[in-house]
Amino acid sequence: MTPLELIGTVLLIALKSFVLLAALLVFIAYALLADRKIWAAVQLRRGPNVVGPYGLFQSFADLLKFVLKEPVIPAGANKAIYLLAPLVFAMLALSSWAVMPIADGWAIADINVGVTYIFAISSLGVYGVIMGGWASNSKYAFLGALRSAAQMISYEVSLGFVIICVLMCAGSLNLTRIVTAQDTSLGLFGWYWLWLFPMFVVFFISALAETNRPPFDLPEAESELVAGYMVEYSSTPYLLFMLGEYVAIMSMCALGTVLFLGGWLSPIPFAPFTWVPGVIWFILKASFLFFGFAMVKSIVPRYRYDQLMRLGWKVFLPLSLVSVVVVAFVLKITGLAPGA
Amino acid sequence: MTEHNIRNFAINFGPQHPAAHGVLRLVLELDGEVVERVDPHIGLLHRGTEKLIEHKTYVQATPYFDRLDYVSPMNQEHAFCLAIEKLAGIEVPRRAQLIRVLFCEIGRLLSHLLNVTTQAMDVGALTPPLWGFEEREKLMIFYERASGARLHANYFRPGGVHQDLPPKLIEDIDAFCDPFLQVVDDLDALVMESRIFKQRNVDIGIVSVDECMAWGFSGVMVRGSGIPWDLRKSQPYECYEEMDFDIPVGKNGDTYDRQVIRMEEMRESARIMKQCCAKLREPAGQGPIASMDGKFAPPPRREMKRSMEALIHHFKLYTEGFHVPEGEVYAAVEAPKGEFGVYLVSDGTNKPYRCKIRAPGFAHLQAMDWMCRGHLLADVSCVLGTLDIVFGEVDR
Repeated sequence: MTPLELIGTVLLIALKSFVLLAALLVFIAYALLADRKIWAAVQLRRGPNVVGPYGLFQSFADLLKFVLKEPVIPAGANKAIYLLAPLVFAMLALSSWAVMPIADGWAIADINVGVTYIFAISSLGVYGVIMGGWASNSKYAFLGALRSAAQMISYEVSLGFVIICVLMCAGSLNLTRIVTAQDTSLGLFGWYWLWLFPMFVVFFISALAETNRPPFDLPEAESELVAGYMVEYSSTPYLLFMLGEYVAIMSMCALGTVLFLGGWLSPIPFAPFTWVPGVIWFILKASFLFFGFAMVKSIVPRYRYDQLMRLGWKVFLPLSLVSVVVVAFVLKITGLAPGA
Repeated sequence: MTEHNIRNFAINFGPQHPAAHGVLRLVLELDGEVVERVDPHIGLLHRGTEKLIEHKTYVQATPYFDRLDYVSPMNQEHAFCLAIEKLAGIEVPRRAQLIRVLFCEIGRLLSHLLNVTTQAMDVGALTPPLWGFEEREKLMIFYERASGARLHANYFRPGGVHQDLPPKLIEDIDAFCDPFLQVVDDLDALVMESRIFKQRNVDIGIVSVDECMAWGFSGVMVRGSGIPWDLRKSQPYECYEEMDFDIPVGKNGDTYDRQVIRMEEMRESARIMKQCCAKLREPAGQGPIASMDGKFAPPPRREMKRSMEALIHHFKLYTEGFHVPEGEVYAAVEAPKGEFGVYLVSDGTNKPYRCKIRAPGFAHLQAMDWMCRGHLLADVSCVLGTLDIVFGEVDR
């Protein structure tokens, strides 16, 4: 590869990343609005409806508000870590999108270990939370950070086993390959959500826990810890935490789409549905999962810390472990295992 | 080996805490997340109500009662009016009694709707309050249509109520009751039947019968432990005797039981309200809405314009106020939060010599410490919610 080619490749990747990032952030602005609108509808409210038609510019107004506000740093805080934490959190959340295949061949880095990469990155996200909670030098933030650490670790274990089930069926760690493995003549009935339905449920619930969404929003439990690890944050650092949270939610939705809902595949495997660009299907499916996230948020109360741990370790972990065994067994017996 | 001084993790819960239900400050000592000690600090909303009342005529003192438990204002006024009436020996006309009962039950709905839904918010469900407040809004409009004020009504007066209800209002309240039951059912489905809500509330903050007695509990806090004690039944005042309603009681004395009782009481209140509306429309329910004794209750405006005597009464009542015979009295009502009592000492002048207010929330708040001990941090807000504390009446 000549140096010129190298520069070209780098520039191309940078351009791709930029386009993806811009599209993703705009999409998240509207996902946030949708979240608030859905929540409002359940609560018999209207939700944001003042900024722009139907409140369509609300998220951008919020962005401006946060950016223009004065960041307040508590006197006792460790300044460097305090400011680094939201950056780490948001950056890690965004970087998991590097491997996400939004449509056929549309991943920026179509690496062989895509699933592992996403898993690693989302595990690292907890560092942002712990750093933020510790550096704030506040008791509420500290408790929030401790809870968050315990919670994310607990649910990642079962999430890992769920993913292993999918991997065994697909026979690859590459996200694109996982999607193509679901491309059968059965359409949406060939996707893994049906064949691995219990795992799909476990995945969805663990994703809620992983992203600190209700009923697992203990790290920021309003009625106990006020805002948990974010309690001392304001202005742009707070915005980054919030942004990171929503990016993480969207990437969980996208991961769910890839693993269980056939990625960019059309649910009905013949024309004219297959003419629809894959990216549209992908966005629709991810939005569907996001709708689930939003509805859960508006309906459920919050678990208590010990109940959360019990659910994670005593229900989900055994369930997903048994599933791994059962899936492996079935694949071996029936000879359906890929590459068998 | 060196000895380490291990100190518990102490945090300040409030006064600016979203789950502190006002201005409570709790100093919590935590061992990890387990609560070792709860130290409630009160007084941040102290306004010296009892002292202020000593310097006001009786009629001027009634509005202070709206500001105690501001969630159900008229129930408090009721206790004060009852105390004065008992001391002065005034008869309240039947229509006034019916109106009072009607609005006391509206107050109960106001309070229970707020409590049940915000307690759900304390355990993390954010939707119920908005569903409940939709109904509260309607009830506050009833308040407004009767008294002119949504919150601080000042509608109950010694000897009766301030003004008669418009007939359309009685119809509207009647029409409110049945759809309201549907909303209660919806809330039941959303909150009470939720598995997570049950997990959060069952076996939390258990209160035994003995503890109820020892700590001076009343209202839902006792009924949750299985004692069917309700002043409306056990020592009926006004026209509660002729009303047909049940007193729901709990079995386990835990938070969940208490919340279920509150839901059930809302249904019973709606039942009482329907009966009141029916009775108010009967011929037997017509008549004056305040005592006809011109020395205590102001004359109707129409009469004031024609009768010299009525004009003099009006003038005297709104300047000097009425004199209450010497003596002391305790009158209590079953407020939504428990027994709300007024202990009144009169020296025969137009102002109370002493007015001691017995607020149920105050007795309940004392229990925070032992009710929360050994529970987790998250249960503190859950228990606080079930105690149904409003700081207006605790701090007074």
